[in-house]
Amino acid sequence: MLEARNLKLWYGDFRALNGVSMSITPRAITAIIGPSGCGKSTLLRCFNRMNDLVEGSRVEGEILFEGQNIYGRRFDMTGLRKRVGMVFQRPNPFPLTVFDNVAYGPRIHGLASGDELRETVKKALQATLLWDELGDKLDAPALSLSAEQQQRLCISRLVAVAPDVLLMDEPCSALDPMATQNIEELMLELKKRYTIVIVTHNMQQAARVSDFTGFMLLGDLVEFGETQQVFTAPRDRRTEEYITGRYG
Amino acid sequence: MKQDNAIRLSLLGLAMSAVTALAVITTFILKEGVPVIFRYGLGAFLFGTEWKPTAEPPIFGVFAMIAGSFAVTAGALAIGVPVGLGSAIFLSEFAPKKVAIVLKPALELLAGIPSVVFGFMGMLVLLPFIRVHLGGPGASVLGGSAILGIMILPTVISISVDALRSVPRSYREGSFALGATGWQTTWRVTLPAARGGLVAAVILGMGRAVGETMAVIMVTGNTVQIPHSPLSPVRTLTSNIALEMSYASGEHREALFATGVILFVIIMALNTVANTVARLGKRA
Ligand SMILES: Nc1ncnc2c1ncn2[C@@H]1O[C@H](COP(=O)(O)OP(=O)(O)OP(=O)(O)O)[C@@H](O)[C@H]1O
Ligand SMILES: [Mg+2]
Repeated sequence: MLEARNLKLWYGDFRALNGVSMSITPRAITAIIGPSGCGKSTLLRCFNRMNDLVEGSRVEGEILFEGQNIYGRRFDMTGLRKRVGMVFQRPNPFPLTVFDNVAYGPRIHGLASGDELRETVKKALQATLLWDELGDKLDAPALSLSAEQQQRLCISRLVAVAPDVLLMDEPCSALDPMATQNIEELMLELKKRYTIVIVTHNMQQAARVSDFTGFMLLGDLVEFGETQQVFTAPRDRRTEEYITGRYG
Repeated sequence: MKQDNAIRLSLLGLAMSAVTALAVITTFILKEGVPVIFRYGLGAFLFGTEWKPTAEPPIFGVFAMIAGSFAVTAGALAIGVPVGLGSAIFLSEFAPKKVAIVLKPALELLAGIPSVVFGFMGMLVLLPFIRVHLGGPGASVLGGSAILGIMILPTVISISVDALRSVPRSYREGSFALGATGWQTTWRVTLPAARGGLVAAVILGMGRAVGETMAVIMVTGNTVQIPHSPLSPVRTLTSNIALEMSYASGEHREALFATGVILFVIIMALNTVANTVARLGKRA
């Protein structure tokens, strides 16, 4: 589905990724863990080319999406971010109504309008279990919602454009434990239909929700494998030190 | 500690003297200008179309000047707002950082050019152009609008750029991450989010245009008449005061102060609206 091959990234002169190779399995949750500043977000943001927005960043290597290199010269960029959506660390709904937030993607891509759009919005809110809470508050400003609701709304906003992959950068770090648990349950539900890659600081979270785990250190992917194996029988000593809390 | 107190007291003194100066000026203008308005009749003063201050008896109707200020200001906005907002959007959303770093201060330098220089350029370049290519005497609503449209650019641009830059980056990222283009992001997310500040920019630009005097006198012809076309000469409220103050006395002088009162009210109203809108925009 998605595969990074010897991916390197520079911010100016600083090399943040030193040749990362990893393959993302469809309809599964892949977690990326590692200490702060090791390049987790950077790697994640390569999958939808969000780093293109950072002035002075440069990429080498390739990422294959359905067999095509998304960094290739002939790749059609317009569809990529529609098919590979991203959820951010701080919930970032637009300062618009609940409805307009979810309708944003379908509108800019010309996917639906009128009754069809209302149906799309409803389905997207149902997918994140927000419909029951907000079905009659579609005109409420999104910024008036709770943090958890805002994060769910951001996920609905992606679901509305029918992506294949959901990239999540520490989606729970701004949430309380109860909300975190709810979002984790939502991820397990979404995994049935979407391929999910999640960056997390929280090792318990990775262990609880993910099928595959990658451990990063200083721009290298030190270890990558099934979550079970990485947490119970790590192959690399540094991984073991990190997950047993002896790192740093 | 003692030193701290001394500094605080002297700063307080300075602040108080600024406030006092403002209060004195305001009281003075009101005291000189308000009585004549009521003696003469508010309606007749505001809506009278004749201004014959030296006739016997004198006629004080400022409506033509209100219309003149309005026409020139509206024209200035029609020119300055699209150009100003467009430049601000370019600077904050699309220009490479290096370009923005050079351009923004350069545009703000425009604000430092004395208005008499703008007026002079207008007389030498713009008015002959209008006369030759569009007709009329040259000095006109259009001439005033064009010069003021340029003069309000620094205000409109720098406040708009600040408003756009204060929109959190995360909104733009959220939009880009959904596959939106730069223009879609600007139009559908950034501009609505900066709405309050942008309206304030326009209103403060408007205040600048209403209050400008020297450049306007030099390019509008100063005829007291309700303009019937963009090419007709007009006189604005500010021009009226500046042109006649040197020889006015008695009731004439009071009537000029009264013109000042009208300006004062207009500018205060604009500032109040700008502040309210900016505050509401921030809260939304
Ligand atoms: N825009 C940028 N410009 C320059 N350097 C950057 C930029 N973004 C990140 N970096 C640097 O790249 C390295 C990797 O950053 P990244 O954000 O990917 O780390 P992370 O693993 O996500 O950390 P965290 O857990 O704190 O989110 C860090 O050293 C960081 O300082
Ligand atoms: Mg990060």
